[in-house]
Amino acid sequence: MVNYSRWAMIVTVVVSLLGVVYAAPNFLLSPEQAEHNYSLLPTKQMNLGLDLQGGSSLLLDVDISSAIRETLESVESSVRRELRPRGGERIGYQNLRVEGETVRFNVRDDADIEEARKRVSGIESGFTLETNGASFVLSMSEAARNERRQTVMEQAREIVGRRVNELGVTEPTIQQQGEERILVQVPGLDDPEELKAILGKTAKMSFHLVDEDASLQDALNGRGPAGSYLRYGPEREGRLPYVVKREIIVSGEHLVDSQPSFQDGQPIVTFRFDTVGARLFGEATQENVGTRLAILLDNEVISAPVIRSAILGGSGIITGRFTVQEVNNLSLLLRAGALPAPMTVLEERTVGPGLGQDSIEAGKVASIIGLIAVVVFIVASYGLFGVMAAVALLFNISLIIALLSLLQATLTLPGIAGIVLTIGMAVDANVLILERIREETRNGRTPISAIDAGYRRALTTIIDSNLTTLIAAILLFQFGTGPIKGFAVTLSIGIVTSMFTALMLTRLFVVVWLRRTRPQTLAI
Amino acid sequence: MFKLNIVPENTNFNFVGSRRFAYPLSILLVVASIAMFTLQGLNFGIDFRGGILIEIKTQGPADVEQLRSDIGGLNLGEVQIQEFGEPDDVLIRVQQQDGEEDEQIRAIETIKSALGDQVAEYRRTEFVGPTVGAELIESAIWAVTLAIGAILIYIWFRFEWQFGVGAVIALTHDVITTIGLFAVTQLEFNLATVAAILTIAGYSINDTVVIYDRVREELRRYKKMDMSALLNLAANRTLSRTFMTSVTTLIALIALAIFGGSIIRDFSIAMIWGVVIGTYSSVFIAVPILLVLKLSRESLSAGLDEEGGEAEGADAPEDGSESRP
Repeated sequence: MVNYSRWAMIVTVVVSLLGVVYAAPNFLLSPEQAEHNYSLLPTKQMNLGLDLQGGSSLLLDVDISSAIRETLESVESSVRRELRPRGGERIGYQNLRVEGETVRFNVRDDADIEEARKRVSGIESGFTLETNGASFVLSMSEAARNERRQTVMEQAREIVGRRVNELGVTEPTIQQQGEERILVQVPGLDDPEELKAILGKTAKMSFHLVDEDASLQDALNGRGPAGSYLRYGPEREGRLPYVVKREIIVSGEHLVDSQPSFQDGQPIVTFRFDTVGARLFGEATQENVGTRLAILLDNEVISAPVIRSAILGGSGIITGRFTVQEVNNLSLLLRAGALPAPMTVLEERTVGPGLGQDSIEAGKVASIIGLIAVVVFIVASYGLFGVMAAVALLFNISLIIALLSLLQATLTLPGIAGIVLTIGMAVDANVLILERIREETRNGRTPISAIDAGYRRALTTIIDSNLTTLIAAILLFQFGTGPIKGFAVTLSIGIVTSMFTALMLTRLFVVVWLRRTRPQTLAI
Repeated sequence: MFKLNIVPENTNFNFVGSRRFAYPLSILLVVASIAMFTLQGLNFGIDFRGGILIEIKTQGPADVEQLRSDIGGLNLGEVQIQEFGEPDDVLIRVQQQDGEEDEQIRAIETIKSALGDQVAEYRRTEFVGPTVGAELIESAIWAVTLAIGAILIYIWFRFEWQFGVGAVIALTHDVITTIGLFAVTQLEFNLATVAAILTIAGYSINDTVVIYDRVREELRRYKKMDMSALLNLAANRTLSRTFMTSVTTLIALIALAIFGGSIIRDFSIAMIWGVVIGTYSSVFIAVPILLVLKLSRESLSAGLDEEGGEAEGADAPEDGSESRP
């Protein structure tokens, strides 16, 4: 082990110095300078977790099953359309329903089975059709379900991103977590109430006609007409009930813009349709002058104005007793688009800027004091070799910081704890070697032979003990969440760098020292 | 140059013999830990129990009584209010609200509006809903079990089954007594605590493996030495390393506990305990247990011949001759 090839020396020195170079931006540059990279030197800094820099983190659950249900309902209505086409030949059916993840119905007349099969079979890809006599079952395949889930998640992430960006925050991150979750992290946001309010709304908007012929009383007693349903107005207006026709005139998808505005001193929302939307809206308003128009947002009637005249320009306004804040949020939601499925906030963690700063300070102080105490202790115990181990420890820490910066891993408070712990444990490999050299010296070996044996014998021990800890750290990273992950990252990096510094760097110091001084005895 | 030599050279402690005291003590600790865990339970943080945690800085020194009556009157169930470090720093914990996640969010709004301008700064607001809490428990248990299982397999593969079993017994001892510590002290048990326990596991294993490695080496060197003498020899020869590493790690952890800030204090305390108990268990449990598990040269012989023939072979006679008392 005292044979140290020139190449190994060069590599060790280069890696150690690169560690210093890559760790440097964290100490020398302000975050703004790091942002604008004009130099050839590295400028990447460690990412600070939200617990250190302050900010808000929300874990959202996307209700995939409701999106799946929606798909099933749309298949159900396609079936209805296929069997009873407008102006086409009708096929009698009964008991058309969504059951679990299937759409089922029975054909009345056995003679129609073949024709029904032909019409239904082409409806939707990803559905398999089974028939048993006159009973038909359309079921959603696993692949189609997964595909639907993926699409929904992608859309949801996109919409969440648009909504968050509309808030004008800096550098939000929006990631999918697991199969049905989205993690939104917004640095610097210390009051997430508005964010939660915005993300908690699906913002599905649709325009319907109010069923003016239906009796409200009947509908309230559950005997409303089949083509209509009961919907309520907002809470602050006393949840007024409306009988609303199910048929959608125009849906929110056709909205291209929406802005907050004022009319007669009242906050209102303006909106504009695309050409298709404008045509549909124009036709419907033309045919139904004098009827009320129900504007539904997430199944709530937010406004129900009477249609005074045909609206052909494709734009309109929504009035109601809104506050300025509500108008801002509503127009934001309409601009950003509707979520493909409702979401709930499962978890929130918000750290104010003061606490984050305090944590960084405390972490720095603890690291520096811990470092000094450890250095004093090993130098006192091992003399010159202790100094070598201490210098190696400093390189070790700069390597950890360099790797964290390069990998752009996120440094969290438990991560700092991991570094401090590594400071303590990094010494272990050196201690193992030095104790072994001490022992071999006592056994009467010459310095070179004692050092050689010390390194050689300690090697398997170091590898075994560090690999076991590394295995544990990797599993922590894989299966852990939140703070456990952050801790596992720094711990794993620390294990790797401390093995490097003990086996390569301190050995380099020792070998160079041996060659220079050729000592006759070892003072260890 | 002055040198600190805390552990004297050539110690000759009878670690194997001391199992007469160490084993009853450890069994007592483990039983007591399990008893405390079942009787008193753990003070689970919101990570696992779900609920709301808000840390505030008040305008001027906090009036805890006032806060307690303000928030206690909101009808949110169990509310804990405690000072946290500074006199104007207050931690408010509210139990998980009945119903879905929306209820939790509404409760946060209610509290915030009730606090009004008493608050100078919201330092932390956290809520964990019922779904996530259950999942976090599950993933934490998985992480711990898998980590321990993987360690067992690795040591089994590198050594012999007795070593694997011995290491896992020592490790389980450390984990159980650490959980016991949390049951007794009622320190908050949260995700960071789980990370601490896992690190303790890693540390304890690290410590044990170093001594086991030495046991294996001495087994190769002294072909005829009595097993319990050999185990003692290995433990004694590694003693100063065991001690030095524990001390350096403890130094770093104590710095963390004192200066690392209030959030990380519980974590550091758990780790300090873990290092102490982990060191104890490597020497007093993991080593003697090899004797109890009937480790013999025969069970190792296949591996020994093979490896003994390589690099170590040249040294064996030389080292073997300098036998020590």
